[in-house]
This record gives sequence, C-alpha cells and structure tokens, in this order.
Amino acid sequence: MRANVWSGRNTVQVENVPDPQILNDRDAIVKITSTAICGSDLHLYDGYVPTMKRGDILGHEFMGEVVETGKGVGNLKVGDRVVVPFPISCGNCAACQSGLFAACENSNPNAGMAEKMWGHAPCGIFGYSHLTGGYAGGQAEYARVPFADVGPIKIENGLPDESVLFLSDIFPTGYMGAEMADITPGDVVAVWGAGPVGQFAIASAYMLGAERVIAIDRFDYRLAMARDEAGAEVLNYEDVNVLEALKEMTGGRGPDSCIDAVGMEAHHSHAGLHAYDRVKHATRQESDRPHALREAIMACRNGGTISVIGVYGGFIDKFPMGAVLNRGLTIKAGQCHVQKYLRPLLERIEGGEIDPSFVITHKMGLDDAPKGYETFKHKEDDCVKVVLKP
Amino acid sequence: MQSTDKKLARFLGVFSAALGVPMAFMTRRFLRFIGIEETPQSVLWTRIVGVREHGPAIGLLARERPVGWLWARVAGDVMDLALLGASMRQPKERRMLGVRLRKRQPDRGRQLAATGGVVATLGLDTLAAVSMSRTDKQDPSEGPEHVKSAITVWRSPEETYSFWHDFTNLPRFMAHLESVEPAGDGHSHWKAKAPLRGTVEWDAEIVEDVPSRLISWRSTDGADIQNSGTVRFVSAPHGTGTEIHVDMRYAAPAGPVGATVAKLFGEEPQQQVEDDLRRFKQLIEAGEIVRSDGSPEGTLARRQAKQRPAQPPKKPTASTNGSQS
Repeated sequence: MRANVWSGRNTVQVENVPDPQILNDRDAIVKITSTAICGSDLHLYDGYVPTMKRGDILGHEFMGEVVETGKGVGNLKVGDRVVVPFPISCGNCAACQSGLFAACENSNPNAGMAEKMWGHAPCGIFGYSHLTGGYAGGQAEYARVPFADVGPIKIENGLPDESVLFLSDIFPTGYMGAEMADITPGDVVAVWGAGPVGQFAIASAYMLGAERVIAIDRFDYRLAMARDEAGAEVLNYEDVNVLEALKEMTGGRGPDSCIDAVGMEAHHSHAGLHAYDRVKHATRQESDRPHALREAIMACRNGGTISVIGVYGGFIDKFPMGAVLNRGLTIKAGQCHVQKYLRPLLERIEGGEIDPSFVITHKMGLDDAPKGYETFKHKEDDCVKVVLKP
Repeated sequence: MQSTDKKLARFLGVFSAALGVPMAFMTRRFLRFIGIEETPQSVLWTRIVGVREHGPAIGLLARERPVGWLWARVAGDVMDLALLGASMRQPKERRMLGVRLRKRQPDRGRQLAATGGVVATLGLDTLAAVSMSRTDKQDPSEGPEHVKSAITVWRSPEETYSFWHDFTNLPRFMAHLESVEPAGDGHSHWKAKAPLRGTVEWDAEIVEDVPSRLISWRSTDGADIQNSGTVRFVSAPHGTGTEIHVDMRYAAPAGPVGATVAKLFGEEPQQQVEDDLRRFKQLIEAGEIVRSDGSPEGTLARRQAKQRPAQPPKKPTASTNGSQS
C-alpha cells in the first residue's frame, strides 16, 4: 500500500510499504477514506519528538471503512464506516474504566521507554513516535486498528467525511481543553493559538457557557477564522502587548480561564525572548518552547484555571511557578481521552450545533502529503488544516 | 538498579582492560608514553603487569560483587608504584669505545605523570574495595541476582492468584519461558530460552501456597538455574484491583558470567521481570499481548532498544506468548 513515512527531520515521503494484517483478536483493518495532518505531526516533522525512526508511517487522524476484523471484534463488521480515535486504549484497565483513555495502562508496548522519559507510560498512539508504542499511523491506504471493539465509532448518518473526521482528535481535544478550563456561565476565556485545535477550543468554550472568548495568534487569517467562524474576539500578539490588552479587556482582572492550544513550538513577539528559547530548543537544551504557557499563566486572573492541550514532550525552562502558587492558579493538562467524547460530540454535529469542516483549507491526494506538510508548516496559502484523500 | 559501588567496579574493570591491552601488546610504545627507558627488564615487567591487568578486567566485569578483585587491584597498584620507583632511578651510563652514550633520554615529566596516575588509581581502587566490602557486610542477604517489581491489575486477588497458580499460564506472559509442566504434588518442570545456550531446564517445587495471597517456589537441587521466588497478591486500595509483588532470586546460567552475557543482549533481569508483569497485566485485563509495528513481539526490553520502524512487517511476527496468529 501507499503510506506517508517519516524519513528524517523535515522530510516525509510517500512510499510503498507492506499492507497491515490482523495480529491480535481485537484488531480490525480499516481502508482509509480521509486522513489529516495534525499540528502535532509538525512536531515530529520538525524533529522535536525523540524516538522517531526512518520509515515510521505518520498520521493519527483518520477514518474509513472496515475491511477485516479479528475474532474478538463483535461490534464492527466489514463495510462499516468508522472514525478512529488517536489514542489506542484497551478499555479494560483502571484508567480506561474511569474514562482516562489516553492514560491506558496496557496499550503501549514500549512502556519501559516512556517510563524513563515521563515517569509512567501513557497510552499508545497511531503514528506518533516509539515512546507512544511505535504504531504505524493513518496517513496511508490502510491501517491496523488495535482494540477495535473499544475505539472506533460507527458513522451511520451519511454525514460527509469532512464533518466527522475531526472526531478522531482535534474537535474532542479542543472540547476537552474547554472542559478542563472549568468554565462557568459568564466567564471570559482566552485561547492561545488559533490553529485547528484552538478553533475548536473557542467553539467549545461557547458551548460550555463562556460569555466571551479571546483568541491570540500572530496570523491574521487564522484570527479572521476564529472571529468569523468560531465567534472570538481576537488579539494579534505581534501588534499588541497581550498581557496589557487582556487586562484592558477584562477590567484589570485577567481571563477566568486560559487555554494553551499552542504547545512546544511557540513563538514570541519579542525577537530577543524568542531567540533565547529558539536557541535552547534547537540545541536540545530544553525540549519545549513554552512562551504561550508562560503568558497564559501570567495573564490568568487570581484563582483561575490554565488548561493545556498544546503538546509538550519533555522539559521546559523559566516556568513561572511563583505566579501559580502565589495567585492560586490551577493547571490542568492532558492528551485527549477521545473515546469518552466521541458519542456526545457526534450528537452535537448531528444536531447541527457545529460543523467541524470549517477549519479545512486544503484537500489533496495522499501522494501530495510532503507538499501538505510544507504548506502547513510554513503557513503558506493561508493554511489551517490539510485533509488527505488516499 | 545498579548501585554506585557496582558502577565504580565496572568502570575499574574497563580501565584495567584499557590499560592491560597496550601494556601487554604494545609494550615499547607504552613505555615511551610514560617516559620510562626501554630495557629488557622494563619491557618484561611491563608485559607481566599488562597480562596481570587482564585478571581484574575479567573479574570486575563478570562478577556481581567483585570485592576480592578490587582488593587485588589495590595490591597491584602498590606493586606498580614499586616498579615505577625502581625504573625511575637514573639510568646507568653506557660507554662504547670510551664515548659516553645515552640511548634516549627518559622524560622526567612523563614519569611523574604516570606515577601520579597510579597514585590516583590506588585511591580509587581502595575506595571501591572499602565501599563494596562495607555494603557486603550491611546486606549479607543479597544473592547473585535479586529482583523485585510490582504492578497493579484491575482484577480480584482470587482471579490473579488462580491465573498465576496455573503454572502452564506462565509462558504466556514470561517471555523467556518455553513451557512449564506440572509434575504433581507441587512440583513442576520448567524450560526456558537462554542466551547462547539454547534452552535450560530445571525442576521446581512450591514451598508456600496461601490461596489468593501468596505463592512461593524454589528450584530443586541440581537445577541449571538455581532460583526461588515469591509472588504476593495484595488487595489494592479503594477496591481498584490487586497489587502483584514479585520477589525473585536466581543464579543465572554459568554463574555471574551468564548474567553479564544476558546483559549484553539487553536483557537486564530487572527489566525482564517488569516486562513480564506488564504482559501479565495485558493478558489478564485486555485478553491479549499488546503488539505494535515497532514492537511486534509485544513488550520486550531487547526490542525496545532496537525498534522496527512503525510500518507493517512483511510477515507477521509471532508474539512472545505464541498464542496468536
């Protein structure tokens, strides 16, 4: 089959690789109809996630048609149309049983590696380095889906791929970001990053009762999408001092909740400050550049909540712990427990509350994946979200 | 897992080898390097010392607690200081046809540096020997290999105990076991894969058996691998399942050398037991050994050190439990 593989920093290529096969009873094979490039794929592309190997098939946002099932998959049959959540979760361990699917205790065969890096191991993830299991991803014609009796959700309503594909990651991730922000009706919420996840965090914050949502980014076209499609007020951090502007907009209090939808490769409007972290990041003296997180902490009102859904991989520098402690802030973070959100969010889509396809700016064939990565990475052609059709 | 004194002993083992090889096989260059004049005596003694260095190199690297070898190194250092001192006396004048000849001027600076090096090594060796002798006294119970590990499983103590108590289940999650056959009356016959040796076999007996609480076993006399172990099943707090605590001691094949060989294969006993417990948890909770493209055999320390790319293998690989297609 054709698949998009990682072949070193800033290089992906579409190659012929062996077809996946059923290895365990609870596996299914899915013929992929739509797959997307995620912002977190760019962290792999840019070489900031350790334990990548040449030949790794990328991609953790995909959907398609079931073409084969193992003996233990009773809920799916050949021909079913499914969206596959990015976390691989067994559904049986204590974490899965309490809804923490991304913390599955069984699905990462490389748990020993992950424990060295992170203390304990998180779940396996499709196409997302060997620290999260070394699973082949979904930017391909076919994918093997372990624990297919737990993860995939059947789509039976005839909605187009574009409207349901993002249930695999970015819509639930944005939603969980808003949910972790402890929003109560009337709250002001600030969202760093108006990429695809940021857009869904904004939309979800409104669903959960926020009165105002403020989006922060440096690309006007992304801010325009946040304003026009998701309904946010917008701040371009290259034009304004974000901390002052947020104080001004909230009567000096600061936002009640701050959502970091940026993660490890943040930029800073001040060239010197950006250079400091850029150099440390590039020379691997820090594994992540936490500008957005630092600013979210400094901006948040006393006693407020910081919700982190942007991806971090390791260790950060100059973390304003004094602000967190002395002002009684709460920080929550997590890879999204997608399985938990699939059903309720599908219902919101079916009910017409939201059509996630609004973030799509580019559609191309799987063979154009390398071009898709470049366009997305360099924010060329007003790129927000790339969908690939195998 | 490795304590500082073990690390130091290993470092000194490597150091011995790094010193012994050039002394024994590149003797003249070595003498020039430390600034000692080449005489038949100095070459001979340097060779002897070089060969001698191989002893502690092997001993320190192969043995788990090489206290004796460390003290041997201390004695060796003292001998080396004496030899260096003897060779540093002014070289004898040589005369040929009445002309004073001096073949190659010895280098005083290099000689002093070499002496300094030996003094520093003596310090390090003494430190390592004293520290390991002391910890040996503190923990006389530590056997050849002693590993402990624990995991929590979302199942009752009754269920986890009975799964484990059926010894024929063990090879399904213990990657190195080929088979365990019950032989009646608490006895069983074990077969395991061993690095470089094909298989090893032994008989074991249950020493203590408390339903839903504890199983304790040991190999019977004459076993290839002498081993004993206890697994305890403890109710986890808040009714979240069972904590499984494993405590094993064993002497690996061919004694400590076998353990070192096993380590060369990337299979630390500690990591092995942790991986086995992970597979136990996968099997009893999820019903299968979890396999990815990078680790197609399932959780395995050796595979984690050398991952396959995350793309489907050409042929399916058998999982470690061997029960899947």
